[in-house]
Amino acid sequence: MTEPKTKDSHLSVNVWRGGNEGELVNYQVPARENQTVLDVITEIQRFQQPDLAYRFACRVGVCGSCAMTVNGLPRWTCRTHIKKVVDNGQLTVEPLRNLPRIKDLVCDLEPFIDTWKKAGAPFSGSRTRYDPPANIKPDSPLRQAADAGLQCINCAVCYSACDVVHWNRDYVGPAALNRAWTLVNDVRHAKRQETFEKAFSENGCQSCHSHGNCTRHCPIQLNPSESITGLKKMVFKGLPKEDKK
Amino acid sequence: MHPLRSHKSYLASIGHRVSGVALAVFLPFHFLLLSTAINGADAMDEYLTLAEMLPVKIAEWGLVTLLAAHLFFGIRVLLLEFTHWPRRINRYAAWIVPCTIATILIATLFIIRVY
Ligand code: SF4
Ligand code: SF4
Ligand code: FES
Repeated sequence: MTEPKTKDSHLSVNVWRGGNEGELVNYQVPARENQTVLDVITEIQRFQQPDLAYRFACRVGVCGSCAMTVNGLPRWTCRTHIKKVVDNGQLTVEPLRNLPRIKDLVCDLEPFIDTWKKAGAPFSGSRTRYDPPANIKPDSPLRQAADAGLQCINCAVCYSACDVVHWNRDYVGPAALNRAWTLVNDVRHAKRQETFEKAFSENGCQSCHSHGNCTRHCPIQLNPSESITGLKKMVFKGLPKEDKK
Repeated sequence: MHPLRSHKSYLASIGHRVSGVALAVFLPFHFLLLSTAINGADAMDEYLTLAEMLPVKIAEWGLVTLLAAHLFFGIRVLLLEFTHWPRRINRYAAWIVPCTIATILIATLFIIRVY
């Protein structure tokens, strides 16, 4: 790490301190050629504010635990280069929107995890370890549809970006419905009908307004909104039939 | 405006919603006015003089513009949700410009034909 030479090569970083009640506190952090938002937060915690609470694990965009609100938008802080977001040397970092705040940059993810259950998320297999594995063709339409949404890592960025969640906390939100979409298309899932019904129950897929904020902000370019419109279309077609091929 | 809301597709969907609410508020007045016209020839004449007044004309123009906006942006939502889009296309940005142009066109046409 090379120290910056002049005084103005500092970033002015406002960081949320406190829980649901709290305030933004300003820190001056040396600006470096290469730093991510997570690096900046870590530097504040190491050298200026040892009791600053924040979450991260992998630092390389795999675990999804470092999601925060940076200059108003939800992001993975470990994959966000400062240059991409800094505004006139200023940076504001807050916890994710739409979730209760625990301390500083850490929010309570429980309501988010609960939405997954509400939308019928747990996979329920019909085979035991003694049965042969299901023979699923990777290129079958149903498998392709399920695959499109499978890589989600539960980071809650889309949940935080969704305005319908902001207006109505009972709405299950994009990530849970994206999960439901992968399940209703998964022929190995024994409770497809149940998941389908849950996804369509009150505060399910029909509450989505197709703003597309979820898709706009998903850090791995998943398309929860497309999954939700896929679910909506099932109103006409019903649960997709298993591939015969 | 909140950075989560300052993009075209968000504004398009809010425009659709607000025009819908505004229509729900103003349409009953429009129908009330229209219904007075069926109470005989005098009432009809009265209505026609009323319809010639500038504020009423402006209000009617507003109504037509709202209707056009709600119709076109409603069609956009249907296209967005019920047609298949290749992944490489940003389907949220699609149709906003044509819908805006169509709305402006209807609004202008109304002005030209009525005044
Ligand atoms: S498309 Fe639906 S789920 Fe996604 S952000 Fe908009 S309202 Fe929320
Ligand atoms: S869909 Fe994307 S943004 Fe939403 S939880 Fe999954 S990975 Fe995160
Ligand atoms: S720390 Fe794992 S995704 Fe950022």
